[in-house]
Amino acid sequence: MEVFIALIIGFLYGASVYMFLRRSIVKLVLGIIFLSHATNLLLFSTGGFLRGSPPFVDEVGSDASLPVADPLPQALVLTALVISLGVTAFSLVLIYRFYKETGSVDLDELAQMEKK
Amino acid sequence: MTVLIPVIIPLSAIVLLIATRRWLIAQYIISMISMTVLVINALSLLTTLQLKGYLTYQASGWPAPFGITLIADQFSAIMLLAVAVVGWLVMMYAIGFVDAARKKAGFFILVQGLFAGVNGALVTGDLFNLYVWFEVMIMASFVLITHGAEKQQLRGAVKYVVLNLIGSVFLVSTIGLVYSKTGTLNMAQLAMMIQQQDVSELMNSYLMLFFIAFGIKAAVFPFFFWLPASYPTPPIAITAFFSATLTKVGVYTIIRFYSLYVDHDGFAWKEIILWMAAATMIFGVLMAASSFDFRKILSFHIISQIGYMIMGLGIFTINSLAGAVFFVVHNMFSKTAAFMAAGLVYKLRGTYELKDSGWVYKDKPLFALLFFLPALSLAGLPPTSGFFGKLFLILAGFESEDWAITITALVVSIFTLFSMVKIWNEVYWKKPAEHTVLSHQPVKVNLLPVAATVAIVLLMLLPGVFAGSLFGYFSRAAAQLMDVESYIKAVFP
Repeated sequence: MEVFIALIIGFLYGASVYMFLRRSIVKLVLGIIFLSHATNLLLFSTGGFLRGSPPFVDEVGSDASLPVADPLPQALVLTALVISLGVTAFSLVLIYRFYKETGSVDLDELAQMEKK
Repeated sequence: MTVLIPVIIPLSAIVLLIATRRWLIAQYIISMISMTVLVINALSLLTTLQLKGYLTYQASGWPAPFGITLIADQFSAIMLLAVAVVGWLVMMYAIGFVDAARKKAGFFILVQGLFAGVNGALVTGDLFNLYVWFEVMIMASFVLITHGAEKQQLRGAVKYVVLNLIGSVFLVSTIGLVYSKTGTLNMAQLAMMIQQQDVSELMNSYLMLFFIAFGIKAAVFPFFFWLPASYPTPPIAITAFFSATLTKVGVYTIIRFYSLYVDHDGFAWKEIILWMAAATMIFGVLMAASSFDFRKILSFHIISQIGYMIMGLGIFTINSLAGAVFFVVHNMFSKTAAFMAAGLVYKLRGTYELKDSGWVYKDKPLFALLFFLPALSLAGLPPTSGFFGKLFLILAGFESEDWAITITALVVSIFTLFSMVKIWNEVYWKKPAEHTVLSHQPVKVNLLPVAATVAIVLLMLLPGVFAGSLFGYFSRAAAQLMDVESYIKAVFP
């Protein structure tokens, strides 16, 4: 499981860097989405993957020998998810307004416009 | 509780502002009340901390490693006070400066959001909580920087949003990695672990990631490219808010993390920080020297002066840290004052281009004075606060015999003076070029922005007058910063 998740995270990071290096700002936003997904998965995986172990011990503590799953990363990832949702929504609106104002989604054209 | 108020007040102000968003007068009053309470609270925090050293608040009463810890020491109280005072004045300025359309579209709500994030980042003692406050802060700044959605704002915002997001991603992934390795998110407990167990080798890689994240926020070389692209684009009142808060919080967190976690004898941290400081200074000042737009020059100068703050941190003696704190405070006032003065000129001339401007000194001597004093302060001429800020840093550099960085700082100062003289000559003194048409009707500049600028210029001069006693106070704050043991004890009594 760890290897699988690690591969996915790595792939998403790679994909986001690739998207960032493209010229179109639509792909830039896709890069942002991949980047935040990769990060959320990374956060999620920090607690480790323990199958079938509860995130708490019972009152008497009879099962103290059993491994206890860590519930905190899931709380963290929930917070991070909400934040990345907000960021993604904002960046989508931003590129839409950007396109309406400039009539272009190309960052190179943008740089040329700046020179003028 | 006093630790919680800097966060609670802006957040409750947001609720009230949303409820009253149709009545501008109510918006003004609520915003000003919120800022006033922040100033008063920061003052009371500062006096309490002189007696007690630290103030902590465990959220919901959960003891330290399990709940979220809020902690204020003297350094954070100084920052809180400076942010609140500058924020108060810029708020006054913004009320008279920002156009009505923007004001009605939630300008004041966003500014309170910005302050909630900034204050939260200044008092938090928890890594993930720090990330959340940073996010609150940058989300507010994202919307502020695009507020009004002019073409140039959108262009700047694309770079700003992407680079700051990458910074946040670095921050949150590092927090996740630190948590998976150490099992704690509490800043004090992490410091304790580093002291008790030998994990410093491991920490170096995490700290490097942290410094990349905070370096992007603080606009340190080589992560500063978002700043000159985006700061000059929104209305100058917004830039003034940013110059007083965003990068300074980045510097605050760099100083906090460096003093808490870095093993100063190990790895070449000092060299790295000092090289970054030197490069930041030089690149910032050279780019400022090569641009011909009022706001761009001032924005590049922010970068150059971040270098001075990082230099004080890199040398890491009590004197240099105190100098760095002094410089941060000086810069928040002087730079914001300079931006505000630039805004006044814009109202008068309708342009930020140096070549299209001129004769402001002839038409409005007061405006010229209002730029002249911050410019002297930024360039570091006595008896302004900038002179003492640089003096303390350079003395500390000589004491610790870091010649290269000290000489760099001195040379960069001269270039700063050059840029300031350039603005002065072009905007205030020069006879306008013939093809430019200056309107000779008396321009109506609102009284409120002028009053706010006068007030901030006067306040900016105070640190120069009381430099000695302030430096003594900042030295105590610096000594407290270096005393990691008592920071841990304050959180785990």
